Amino acid sequence: MIAPAESLDAPAGRRPLRPGRIVAWTLLFIGGVVMVTPLLFMFSTSLKTAGQVYDLRLIPASPTLANYVEVLSDGRFLRWFLNSTLVAVAVTLSNLFFDSLVGYTLAKFRFRGRMIVFIAILSTLMIPTEMLVIPWYLMASQLGWLDTYWGIMFPGMMTAFGTFLMKQFFEGVPDDFLEAARIDGLNEFQIWWKVAMPLVTPALSALAIFTFLGNWTAFFWPLISVTSRELYTLPVGLSSFAVEQSIQWEMIMTGAALATIPTLLVFIALQRYIVRGVMLAGLKG
Amino acid sequence: MATIELENIVKRFGSATVVHGLDLAIADGEFVALVGPSGCGKSTTLRMIAGLEDVSAGTLRIGGVVVNHHEPKRRNVAMVFQNYAIYPHLTVRENIAFGLYTSGLPKEKKAARVDEAARILGLEDLLDRRPAALSGGQRQRVAIGRAMVRNPSAFLFDEPLSNLDAQLRNQMRIEIKRLHQRIGATTVYVTHDQVEAMTMADRIVVMRDGRILQIGTPSDLYDAPADVFTARFIGTPAMNLLPASHGPDGLVVEGAAAPIRAPASAAGVARLLVGVRPQDLVCTDAGAGADPDVLTVTGTVTAVEPLGPETHVHLDTSGGPVIALAADRAAPPVGAPATALARTRALHLFDAASEQALGRAAEHA
Repeated sequence: MIAPAESLDAPAGRRPLRPGRIVAWTLLFIGGVVMVTPLLFMFSTSLKTAGQVYDLRLIPASPTLANYVEVLSDGRFLRWFLNSTLVAVAVTLSNLFFDSLVGYTLAKFRFRGRMIVFIAILSTLMIPTEMLVIPWYLMASQLGWLDTYWGIMFPGMMTAFGTFLMKQFFEGVPDDFLEAARIDGLNEFQIWWKVAMPLVTPALSALAIFTFLGNWTAFFWPLISVTSRELYTLPVGLSSFAVEQSIQWEMIMTGAALATIPTLLVFIALQRYIVRGVMLAGLKG
Repeated sequence: MATIELENIVKRFGSATVVHGLDLAIADGEFVALVGPSGCGKSTTLRMIAGLEDVSAGTLRIGGVVVNHHEPKRRNVAMVFQNYAIYPHLTVRENIAFGLYTSGLPKEKKAARVDEAARILGLEDLLDRRPAALSGGQRQRVAIGRAMVRNPSAFLFDEPLSNLDAQLRNQMRIEIKRLHQRIGATTVYVTHDQVEAMTMADRIVVMRDGRILQIGTPSDLYDAPADVFTARFIGTPAMNLLPASHGPDGLVVEGAAAPIRAPASAAGVARLLVGVRPQDLVCTDAGAGADPDVLTVTGTVTAVEPLGPETHVHLDTSGGPVIALAADRAAPPVGAPATALARTRALHLFDAASEQALGRAAEHA
């Protein structure tokens, strides 16, 4: 927030209060409010009864945890939560493995057609997901993957973005490290796993965060590929609260509040990598 | 331990040939330095020996076995890189032990080898540290330790001291030399620093543009350089070169007060270069003499560099800039005329056209 006036006589070394800084802090404050307000309303609504939902006070008149009890005692929610966890974790691990393996190969090996492969992978970044959904669906349908966990996961098991990201990072790994290992007798897979991978942990962290969050909040493809309720992921399951009878906002908000817990945990666990990872990747979170 | 033989080794990158048919035989236990300016092919040659680059043509033998198509690990050589290439995510102990990763040795034996290497290199107290907490010299020692534990048949060093400051470089130079004397392994050492090559190597290979110019002991190269390049490259400050031609009274050297006696080797060569090392060219207060066995260089002092043990005097002569030694460290003032003398037996003669050596200018008895 805006620095208090006493900062004017602050010890030397502190930056003086300049108009530019006031504008910057004000904009950041407004941005913060815009981002935090929906979250506050989510938590607030989750503490309200059905009758109080349209009462827009931020602090409910009579807060209650009844919604949480109801959602958590409903076996479906727990199932969806576990489904989302399974999908997000499996896809994240798969991306960490395959994206970095391919990225490493493209960064560190010279072979005929390398650029063609790279451009082919990169070009898929330019195709919107909505266009891919139909081929994915046809493929999954023909191969009998619809309505399975694998059906939800397969399109994201390896991504062009992750491959590109890892390639860029592996290019920064000095060849000396790899050559030293080669002389020490390691095979190429061992060099990748034992030498190159530990050197790109910031990139792996960034990739893990992006992939986990992307899959945890994924809605469109899980909605299309799965029909059995017991295979729903959390976002799909929560949305079903809205269509069953009437829209149960307090239930949706309670589920959504619970759904933010894993993402919060990921952020807390990896926060020191997040800023670094985002900066290194040159991306917005 | 092993011999290393290069027979007509060629390296091409696409259509560019960077190493042109090298022939070199390195004896078992010998310390050979490859020196030359950047891009002379010395590192490429080392990398071919290591197996990191394919050999485009020719035969490479290690221990008598042709290894052209052998993977690096089958060659049983160890390499120390300029950037150390020690892994930041591993401790010193793990880094050294990494050299034994594929050795298949039992754990206790690995640990014993690591401890032994650490003891020899004075790294015992640092074994649990990570590279980030080490100085440049310590890092380089870790890299050497990783190479040592494997008991390789040859050590390859690729400019290992380039990233260290001058003082540390001197210290590590001695350490590597001692290590070689102790282990006695065949060593190929690439450097662009002629001082390193001179002080460490049994034999020096001078390279330029992918070719070997001269192979010899440090004193061979210093005393009898085969060409202008080697003459200038070996020794600091670099050898002075003055253009010369035949006159009625002997060799007329530009920048010299009087002609000198022309040696037999100079006969038939119209344009020559006379080389004199600054250490052999000493300033004098006495005027120019007419002794045909003494080269008398005259010029104006442009700079004086006191180095402690000796003082260098930079002269501007009609033959070009020259560096001489101040007698008894008493240098003439800048701007003053000065005379410097060298015995003709200390002179090196070169053909100015081919830049090849014509031999030493023999002093007439």
